[in-house]
Amino acid sequence: MALPHRPDAPELPDFSMLKRLARDQLIYLLEQLPGKKDLFIEADLMSPLDRIANVSILKQHEVDKLYKVENKPALSSSEQLCFLVRPRIKNMRYIANLVNADKSAGRTRKYKVIFSPQKFYACEMVLEEEGVYGDVSCDEWAFSLLPLDVDLLSMELPEFFRDYFLEGDQRWINTVAQALHLLSTLYGPFVNCYGLGRCAKMSYELWRRLEEEEDGETKGRRPEIGHVFFLDRDMDFVTALCSQVVYEGLVDDTFRIKCGSVDFGPEVTCSDKSLKVLLNAEDKVFSEIRNEHFSNVFGFLSQKARNLQAQYDRRRGMDIKQMRNFVSQELKGLKQEHRLLSLHIGACESIMKKKTKQDFQELIKTEHALLEGFNIRESTSYIEEHIDRQSYGPEHLLTFSNLRRAGLLTEQAPGDALTAVESKVSKLVMDKAAGKITDAFSSLAKRSNFRAISKKLNLIPRVDGEYDLKVPRDMAYVFSGAYVPLSCRIIEQVLERRSWQGLDEVVRLLSCSELAFTDTTREDKASSESLRLILVVFLGGCTYSEISALRFLGREKGYRFIFLTTAVTNSARLMEAMSEVKA
Amino acid sequence: MNRTKGDEEEYWNSSKFKAFTFDDEDDELSQLKESKRAVNSLRDFVDDDDDDDLERVSWSGEPVGSISWSIRENAGNSMSSHEGREQLKGRNSFSSYAQLPKPASTYSLSSFFKGRARPGSFQSLSDALSDTSAKSYAPELGRPRGEFRDYSNDWSLSDTVRRLHRGKVCSLERFRSLQDKLQLLEEAVSMHDGNVITAVLIFLKRTLSKEILFREMEVRQVALRHLIHFLKEIGDQKMLLDLFRFLDRTEELALSHYREHLNIQDPEKRKEFLKSCIGLPFSGEDSAHIQDHYTLLERQIIIEANDRHLESAGQTEIFRKHPRKASILNMPLVTTLFYSCFYHYTEAEGTFSSPVNLKKTFKIPDKQYVLTALAARAKLRAWHDVDALFTTKNWLGYTKKRAPIGFHRVVEILHKNSAPVQVLQEYINLVEDVDTKLNLATKFKCHDVVIDTCRDLKDRQQLLAYRSKVDKGSAEEEKIDAVLSNSQIRWKN
Repeated sequence: MALPHRPDAPELPDFSMLKRLARDQLIYLLEQLPGKKDLFIEADLMSPLDRIANVSILKQHEVDKLYKVENKPALSSSEQLCFLVRPRIKNMRYIANLVNADKSAGRTRKYKVIFSPQKFYACEMVLEEEGVYGDVSCDEWAFSLLPLDVDLLSMELPEFFRDYFLEGDQRWINTVAQALHLLSTLYGPFVNCYGLGRCAKMSYELWRRLEEEEDGETKGRRPEIGHVFFLDRDMDFVTALCSQVVYEGLVDDTFRIKCGSVDFGPEVTCSDKSLKVLLNAEDKVFSEIRNEHFSNVFGFLSQKARNLQAQYDRRRGMDIKQMRNFVSQELKGLKQEHRLLSLHIGACESIMKKKTKQDFQELIKTEHALLEGFNIRESTSYIEEHIDRQSYGPEHLLTFSNLRRAGLLTEQAPGDALTAVESKVSKLVMDKAAGKITDAFSSLAKRSNFRAISKKLNLIPRVDGEYDLKVPRDMAYVFSGAYVPLSCRIIEQVLERRSWQGLDEVVRLLSCSELAFTDTTREDKASSESLRLILVVFLGGCTYSEISALRFLGREKGYRFIFLTTAVTNSARLMEAMSEVKA
Repeated sequence: MNRTKGDEEEYWNSSKFKAFTFDDEDDELSQLKESKRAVNSLRDFVDDDDDDDLERVSWSGEPVGSISWSIRENAGNSMSSHEGREQLKGRNSFSSYAQLPKPASTYSLSSFFKGRARPGSFQSLSDALSDTSAKSYAPELGRPRGEFRDYSNDWSLSDTVRRLHRGKVCSLERFRSLQDKLQLLEEAVSMHDGNVITAVLIFLKRTLSKEILFREMEVRQVALRHLIHFLKEIGDQKMLLDLFRFLDRTEELALSHYREHLNIQDPEKRKEFLKSCIGLPFSGEDSAHIQDHYTLLERQIIIEANDRHLESAGQTEIFRKHPRKASILNMPLVTTLFYSCFYHYTEAEGTFSSPVNLKKTFKIPDKQYVLTALAARAKLRAWHDVDALFTTKNWLGYTKKRAPIGFHRVVEILHKNSAPVQVLQEYINLVEDVDTKLNLATKFKCHDVVIDTCRDLKDRQQLLAYRSKVDKGSAEEEKIDAVLSNSQIRWKN
């Protein structure tokens, strides 16, 4: 069902190298603390770590026991403690308390902190202030690129979004630049670079600086990646806030894909236990449905189920010898397929159940209406009703103030007609971050230029008759044919022109005139194949829908896309990043 | 769902997507169910021998041998017994995921970090790394670098910033003049690395008076944002508030102060703290919300004390039948309203815990009140209260049913609370729009309503179609047959 890639589409680089590199770096770091040691791991690092190493590897390097870094006294009795953490103040306090408790108990141990992906001066400052600087040795584990799939690299830094887009802290820009530097070192120089947004521009500049400082490294290498596109998440919040309807996006919205794997509960596995399942190109069933509109998935699954049944049925007429062959050669594959098939059928059922309960149809309808800019009154009353049904707490006051600061919410002058821009906010209302309810809607934003941009870039496809979701004609299929993701459309347009030429108006409407850049100077060395390999860098996160849309574009045009994102996101995660939680 | 069919079609036509619906159980789901049956029918055959390709999964769903699993296992054990940890060892041999590269890397560590001088090809990782001969991929280690050497060197301003960017320890103490300090900051800002900007700010904060620091920050917005975030992170609330005061950012000052209530656990103390927030310079309507927040918590404290007492005394039926799941303290307003509709519905307006009192005090809109009360009373299956909620009397004393939220909504909420068919039926009949009514009745299997509506519409075809959906030999079928054979009705089709 999924369209194959064009025969002239370039091969993807082998990113498993990044995993080996990260693992070996970690081993190297562990070996810097010879002897038995207990390892304390920050919760957020556990899943990424699971992707590249396992317990036996750690044990091989004399890690004795594993603990989670949490706000509890450590029970470890080891003489050497090693902490594997994100560079966060609260982790420093935790470590400092532990060291100071040891000190006052007259106990001496060795402590090592490994910061991933890098350490921050503010962390060292806290260690210094708490009087443990020098008692603790600090290292960095530059593990900033986790290949979640053959074409998806995640930095697993969801906090990037809040830190940069809400707080204006540029601490992760260096991490992005370093990650790009690593990529260009391993996979050859980048030929053409484009970008949109302030963070994009800064990341690009810092990366260029790194390249120049270590000039010569990539010289003489043949470029593999022809184009790099940097994009700030705040250029397009609308797409990220839309409810997803391609399979992978729906699975993410419904079950939350974490670090490329999902926990399917008993309602999906049809047994009494949950199952952790890796979702990637290796899953033969999943890889065929991941990019499909949900409505196509059933047909595909039932076709598969029938085929599988037929395959099993063949054994009926077999003699002993044939049966032996069948068992030894095919059975394992069939069983694997059977397992995957029943999982994804279970997932679909569960999605259908949940979505039916949530009035999903109404929600989608409202979102589409807002995107297209019609039926505004109905949409607002729909949203109001949901606001009424919410339970809201006073902390939403703080959340609203955050949303305003990040540009997701602007006060509206009284009397303004409501426009499609509110789709930005319709989501916030759904996803429990809503609050301040009384007349939230009348104060919602209008100042964004979404309507005009949408017109300029043709984001709402004009199609006669029915949009056939089985045979998508454009990227709009990821939203049921209602809307071409703005982010993906911009990328498409720039790649087509190899510049921002003719897009001045769009850039102006995005208030980004100074922040759209192109750097196309090194094309002579590039093969035509590499020029069809495109790296898209999403600063602040991208959604599975955007990935699906660009994969579709790639198949249409003979490109291959590689996605580098600070984290995979969706509407709920974006809103949660903005909400104030209890400290 | 509540839209009429006509609307729906119009919508789909106007926006030209295929009318795939998520509640279209008939078609899509039955297809799915069929596939599921097919797959399940194979299960017996498949499951009969060992599941060697299934990953071993622990009770929590983590693959055995994965790091997350092991940690959880450790935490569990450390609570029970220390010896128990030994049992871990035997299970580690499972490599958690098939996709995971095998542990034994084909590259030795040394080949990684030394870098062989063989330029050109980059077939393997070690080769690729050797291209970068100058730079070692070994992580830069904290200690062995001999960092103290750097103190003696007089790095230039830009060299200093570059060294900071590379994560090297670099003394800033030499930069004593204000001009130097500010240049240092500007250099850091122009590099874009937030970590370096913060490093310089830490130095500036230590070596400049607040007034000078604030003054200089005011004209440097990027640095200012970093300073604010830094102060938030390290929890220097006092300096943060001073900074907002200096900048005259009164609203941020107020919000930032207000935010502290999140750290106060004790309800009485939190209440007092909120009281102190009331006069703060919030923007327009936010002040009213802060006032509400205070009043709400004040109420909740009273209600909580009272209800906890009632519950433990065990004399009150409602608390015995439906013990409280959690304290009402710090719950949002609507939750509080739901709670009071659940436990205190009949109380007079004068008491703090009565729903009507809450509605008045917090100016809860009608719609929201009705939705909440409906949900609470339906949950208790108090159909009388539900009925009363929608009954109004006009001046002549006639009663009439009215619902500010629309009866289709009422029906859905009732259904979610598993109201009996008789109750559902009553409200479905109150839905004005015929198509919506028919849809709801079909969906919730209120046969009488469907049959009567079809009869009223004189829609023989639809009735025939419905006949095929009801159980054979049921009362519904009989009723349909009776209607169909009624010669009085002039069918339109």
